[in-house]
Amino acid sequence: MLVRTRVNGEWREADVWPGASLLSMLRDDLGLLGTKNACEQGECGSCSAWLDGEVVCSCLVLAAQAEGREVRTVEDLADGDRLHPVQQAFLDAGAVQCGFCTPGMVVAATDLLERDPDPSDEAVREALSGNLCRCTGYQKIVDAVRLAASRAGGGA
Amino acid sequence: MAQTAERVVGTEVRRKEDPELITGQARYSDDLAAPGMLWMKLVLSPFAHARITSVDVSPALQVPGVVAAFGGRDLAGEWAGPLPTAWPVTDDLKNPPMYPLATDEVRFQGEGVAVVLAESRAAAEDGAEAVVAEYDPLPVVLDMEEALKDGADLVHADLGTNASYTWTLTNGDVDAVFATAPVVVKERYVVQRQIPAAMEPRALLAEYAPAMGEYTLTTSTQIPHIVRVVLAAFVLGIPESKLRVRAPNVGGGFGSKIRVSPEESLALVLARRTGRPVKWTGDRSSDVLTTHHARDQIQEIELAADEDGRIRGYRTRLIANMGAYLLLVGPGVPLLGAFLFCGPYGGEAYHFECTGVFTNTTPTDAYRGAGRPEATYAIERAIDALARRVGRDPVEIRRMNFLPESDGPIPSPGGLTVDSGHYNGTLDKALELVGYEELRAEQRARRERGDAKQIGIGFSTYIEMCGLAPSRVLGSLKYAAGGWDAARIRVLPTGKVTAFVGVSPHGQGHATTFSQILSDDLGIPVDDIEVVHGDTALAPLGMDTYGSRSLSVGGVAVHRAADRIVEKARKIAAHELEVSEDDLEYVRGRFSVKGAPDRARTIPEVAFSAWTAHNLPEGVEPELDASAVYDPENFVYPYGAHICAVEVDTETGQVDVLRYAAVDDVGTIINPQIVDGQVAGGVIQGIAEALFEEAVYDENGDLLTSSLTNYEVPAASDVPSIRIDKTVTPSTTNELGVKGVGETGTIASPPAVINAVVDALSHLGVTEMARPATPERVWRAIQQAKGGAA
Repeated sequence: MLVRTRVNGEWREADVWPGASLLSMLRDDLGLLGTKNACEQGECGSCSAWLDGEVVCSCLVLAAQAEGREVRTVEDLADGDRLHPVQQAFLDAGAVQCGFCTPGMVVAATDLLERDPDPSDEAVREALSGNLCRCTGYQKIVDAVRLAASRAGGGA
Repeated sequence: MAQTAERVVGTEVRRKEDPELITGQARYSDDLAAPGMLWMKLVLSPFAHARITSVDVSPALQVPGVVAAFGGRDLAGEWAGPLPTAWPVTDDLKNPPMYPLATDEVRFQGEGVAVVLAESRAAAEDGAEAVVAEYDPLPVVLDMEEALKDGADLVHADLGTNASYTWTLTNGDVDAVFATAPVVVKERYVVQRQIPAAMEPRALLAEYAPAMGEYTLTTSTQIPHIVRVVLAAFVLGIPESKLRVRAPNVGGGFGSKIRVSPEESLALVLARRTGRPVKWTGDRSSDVLTTHHARDQIQEIELAADEDGRIRGYRTRLIANMGAYLLLVGPGVPLLGAFLFCGPYGGEAYHFECTGVFTNTTPTDAYRGAGRPEATYAIERAIDALARRVGRDPVEIRRMNFLPESDGPIPSPGGLTVDSGHYNGTLDKALELVGYEELRAEQRARRERGDAKQIGIGFSTYIEMCGLAPSRVLGSLKYAAGGWDAARIRVLPTGKVTAFVGVSPHGQGHATTFSQILSDDLGIPVDDIEVVHGDTALAPLGMDTYGSRSLSVGGVAVHRAADRIVEKARKIAAHELEVSEDDLEYVRGRFSVKGAPDRARTIPEVAFSAWTAHNLPEGVEPELDASAVYDPENFVYPYGAHICAVEVDTETGQVDVLRYAAVDDVGTIINPQIVDGQVAGGVIQGIAEALFEEAVYDENGDLLTSSLTNYEVPAASDVPSIRIDKTVTPSTTNELGVKGVGETGTIASPPAVINAVVDALSHLGVTEMARPATPERVWRAIQQAKGGAA
């Protein structure tokens, strides 16, 4: 079936199997490989993307559900070689190790800061609790989110 | 100009790896595709133990998009041999063959019985579901102690036993020490089964070029070099030179990607048979069944001591679960802990014995720490038991038993020669960092008030051996390969540097760390250095990444290759400056004439001269390029003190980590931010091991914890922030003074957590706590101590 979706500001079309997930459409049909597949069960958040401004596990959303809607992925954050402030904070705080959870984590962190510009450590941990990371123990990820908040003038 | 003014070793250089990872531009195995590729899907056994009565793949071939399908017997003629173990730890080791697909009998849930190739992933999945495999169930062996009894059901009937091997080590007169010691403490612990659960499931792309007979395997692995030799020589029977193995970005390993897998073997063979590239990506539910599990030991440890608590002897007996087959290094994993059941403590006698046992479970192999977390768990729990017996404080008992403090090598009761260590130094710092006195005061206050929520403080003063490994030692332990590693440094004509290394990362930041070493050695900015790894066609032959070896072995090779660059450059610089080599002084990339510092040549200038080769000294070859292979003389021995404070709700059994202090000594630190990241990640993984994670089978051998949530990989909201500090005692094993940091956290932390839980409940009479310390287990332990029904 044909699905027409506005992805990162651009209308795109994909001919997908009716059971295909949004994740599969992004990765296999549209070549947006930054959104990762780690569980396909909605448990890990590696596939986090925005659907009409709300962060979803794209593995749990059918591609067909994105018809006519707005999808935003990790690829939309950086401007050329200029990192998004949240990405820059991840880099500066040392919040990345293997990097596999990172795109999803950056999406979730960016979404949090758009809603709450000065979250406490607890609020950060709660907001990111749908995104699993096996490498970092989360400590430097929390640091990164707080760093991004303070640079944006939200935090102390 | 190109010369860096300040040393960068020891500074928080931002990771070079990160921009592509953070933006989603990095390519992992599942991100790759090749024109015309087929998707591969395995059919896995739902039974833990069964005879295969039939496998009919013909229904799969009717599924639209399915191109081919094979049962185990259809491919039996393809294999030069079974998937081998590289670590036959004893001469009489029982090592039953495991092939990429089972043919007659399946021995764990998840063992492959058939394989399907299709034009799409969905068609491959539909095809795999259409395969009709029939089984005749056999008795299931799960309990290790039952498995070792006479008359037990057998995992491998033809072996006549479920025991694979028994390996022993004895130092000193153990029996005499235990016979005469006034105090003997005997403890039994169970280290539960773990699932490594890297975030990236294993995935691969196999390609074959028929005209050239060349195979290329791109795979999510920690060990591309070992995969190449093992697959080519032992499994496929093809010339090693015809197989190229690449590890692209790898999304975490923790030991789970140290393997030569059925999927890699099948994909290569099927790429050749179909003439088309073959892609396979493990979904999570099959990944938890087919990727190896880990730990799973029953431990008995005895300490012989004087009345005041000074330890004289150690005696350990382990049963280690191998699962259904021996994997690549599975049988050797317990041996990596064999020498460490004495921790950083002294004594005169030591005995270790381990029996590897087969069960109808997923085979086990390395997981972050491999053998050393188990050893540390046993000794750190047991020394607390000894402290309770002789009426000492846990700090006091550790201090009185520490090995002598030293900047140089010291022998240990386990037979190791520890490179250096100041154990009181890390302990002192950890006590301060955790706020020990304050915590004890709070603990007393809560006990006096009889609060429902009690506090406990637990210690782990650990030592590990890592930097695997001196090849001679590996040989003496019957490991089939060496422990050296290699680097090749090329200074390009414009003064930029490419470093080719034999170690192969999956999140550790090798490119950044090695660039820092080279930057100081050669005076080249970090940004002008590229590090190439993980491709057998480009990298020098190496031994890959595991056992905290990449820096302490691979990094030393990098440093030595850089020394050789400087040595060659010195000849060229002396020739151009018309002085003798002895008249040159070298400081970070710049040779200057002694007494005439303005007369100088930099490494980039020399590199250009070496490239034009217009005026080289007699006997010096063009190009500024050098290699080194480093085989360590000894292991390296990180150590430290971890202190955990927990709050235990005595009414619900809930455990929360209140504070955690990790003070490690990992020798010289190249990049503090990377080191702290390794420590924090490892500690949280170890806390999860102590409190949450456990692979559970039901009585039929069905894995119940088959997803990330019911296996309980922790989320950010489940775990604390920890306090991290260091002391620095350079290793005497290598000239960089580095000790390795990849595994310290998982080695140190589980006993600190469990000791804290026991301490929180000690006033109620609790002395034992099984792990993971789930609310139910904690609650039951409290009820049992109170004498109630539990």
